[in-house]
Amino acid sequence: MDFGFLTQPAFSGGGTYLDWVYSGIKWTLLVSICAWVIAFTLGSILGVMRTTKVWWLNLPATAYVELFRNIPLLVQMFIWYFVVPEIVPKALGTWMKQGMPMPEFWSAVLALGFYTASRVAEQVRSGIQSIPRGQTHAALATGLTMPQVYRHLLLPMGYRIVIPPLTSEFLTIFKNSSVALTIGVLELTAQARTISEYTFRTFEIFTLATVVYVLITMAVVVMMQLLERRVRVPGYIGTGK
Amino acid sequence: MFRISHLVAAIAAAGLLTAPVHAQELTGTLKKIKDTGVVKVGHRDASVPFSYLDDQQKPIGYGMDICAKIVDRIKTQLKMPKLKVEYVPVTSQTRIPVLMGGNIDMECGSTTNSVERQKQVAFAPTYFMTGTKIIVKKSSGIKGYDDLKGKTVVFTQGTTNERAMKAYNDEKKLGINFIPSKDHAESFLAVDTGRAVAFPMDDILLYGLKAGAKNPNDFEVIGEFLSDDPYAIMLRKDDPAFKKLIDDTVSGLYKSGEINKIYTKWFQSKIPPKGINLNFPMSDSLKAAIKNPNDTGVGACGKMKC
Repeated sequence: MDFGFLTQPAFSGGGTYLDWVYSGIKWTLLVSICAWVIAFTLGSILGVMRTTKVWWLNLPATAYVELFRNIPLLVQMFIWYFVVPEIVPKALGTWMKQGMPMPEFWSAVLALGFYTASRVAEQVRSGIQSIPRGQTHAALATGLTMPQVYRHLLLPMGYRIVIPPLTSEFLTIFKNSSVALTIGVLELTAQARTISEYTFRTFEIFTLATVVYVLITMAVVVMMQLLERRVRVPGYIGTGK
Repeated sequence: MFRISHLVAAIAAAGLLTAPVHAQELTGTLKKIKDTGVVKVGHRDASVPFSYLDDQQKPIGYGMDICAKIVDRIKTQLKMPKLKVEYVPVTSQTRIPVLMGGNIDMECGSTTNSVERQKQVAFAPTYFMTGTKIIVKKSSGIKGYDDLKGKTVVFTQGTTNERAMKAYNDEKKLGINFIPSKDHAESFLAVDTGRAVAFPMDDILLYGLKAGAKNPNDFEVIGEFLSDDPYAIMLRKDDPAFKKLIDDTVSGLYKSGEINKIYTKWFQSKIPPKGINLNFPMSDSLKAAIKNPNDTGVGACGKMKC
C-alpha cells in the first residue's frame, strides 16, 4: 500500500485527493448530524405519543413508525429525491429541484432523519414502558398531573435507560449516511469511490475510509459513555457501572 | 504452522498427480477458463445498443454479439464445446476492479479505450467510434457548452465524459455545479425531471437514451465533440494469449465484412425492447478503424489539457 497519491494534485477543481477526503468527511458529518437532530426530536415526540392512552396521539405515531421503519432506507432516499418534487405543486417542485440550495443534501438529511426517527421512537417508547407502572401510580397519587408525571418521572428515567440502544442508533446514522451517495451527496464513501476511479488506488482509499468511519464511531461511543456516566442514577438499572 | 505447511504440500502434490498434461501450456485467462469450465462475460444494463438488458432481462447488443463470436472461438481453441458462459452485470464504476479481480474475463460494453486505463487493463481493437456531447431538454434553451455557465450538470461516475466535461469547465471557468449519478439511466432521469440541465455522455448512448424516453422529442443532443471515445472490449493486461485470440476474432470479423451485418442489425434496424431504429450510419472514423484494426487509446481529458 502506498498512500503517496493523496498529496498529489487532484484531477479537477484544484487541491489534492486528500482535500477530497476532507470534503467527504465534512459531508458525512453534516448529513449525519443534521439527520440526527431530526431523528432525535421527532423520534422523542413520536415515542411519547405511542405510550399515551389517547388514541388520536397514539394512532398517528404508530402509523408513522410502521410506515417509515418498514420501507428500505435506499427506497426512501429515492422517494425524497426523485418522487416528492414530482407530486408536490409544480412551482414548489421546480424550486426543490433547481432553486433550493443543495437539493441532494437536504433530501438525504430528510430521508435519513425521518427513517431514523421511527427507530428512535421505538427506543424511547420501550424506555418509558420499562418503568414499573407502580411508579406512575405513585406519582399520580402524590397529586401530579399526567404531563407532570412524564416531565418529572417517565422521561428522565426513560431516556437514561435507553442511552445504550440510542448510542447504537447514533452510530448507525453515520454508517447509513453512506446511502446518500446514491442520490449524489459526495460524502466519504462517494469520495472514496471517485478517488479510486481516478487513481485506481482502490484498496488504499477504502482502507482510509474505513479507518475514518471507525474513528468517527469511536468518538461517538466515547461521548455517549461520558454522557451515560454523567447522568446515571446510582443503583438503577441501565445506568452503567 | 507445521500442519498448515503439510496440508499445502499435500494439496500441491495431489494437484501435480492429477493435473492432465497439455501439449501446449495454457496461461492467463485461457488457463482459467479451461480449469473452471466457465467464461465470464461482463455486460452493462443500459448501454443501448452495445450492451443492455432486453425485456427478459437478458444482456443483448452489438458488443454482446461480438463477444459471442469470441466465446465461439474460445470453444474451438480450447476444444470445449460445452463451455459455460456466465453473464455478470458491471457498471461504469465497477468494470475495472471486477475485471482485475477476475470476476469477469472480458467486458463487452461501451468502454472507452483511454491511455489512462491502459495502465490497468488491455483493450481489443476499437469497435465503435464516438465522442462526448450533451443531452438537454429543448425547453431549457441551452444551445452550446458555454450556456452551461452556473448551471447544474449531472454525470455518470467513472466515465471519460465526466473528465472531459470537468476539464472543459476548469478551462473555461464556467462554474458548473456537478452532481454525480451511478448509471446512465439515472443521469438521464435527472435531466428528464429537471434536476440537471445537461448530461455529458458519448453521443451514441445519448441517442439511445433519447430514443427510449417517454417523449423523445423533448430532448436534443447538442455540442461539438468534447472528446473522441473509441470503444473496445476490455480484458486483463499482460495476457498475450487471450489478447491474441480476441484480436484475431475481431479483426477476422472486420476482414470478412461480417461486422457490417452486426452493425446494421444494431444501428440501422429496429432493436428490442421497444423496436426503435437508431438510424445511425457507420461514421468515417469507424470505417477507418475497421480497415486498420488498432487498440490505440485516447487521452484522459478529451480535447482539453490536464
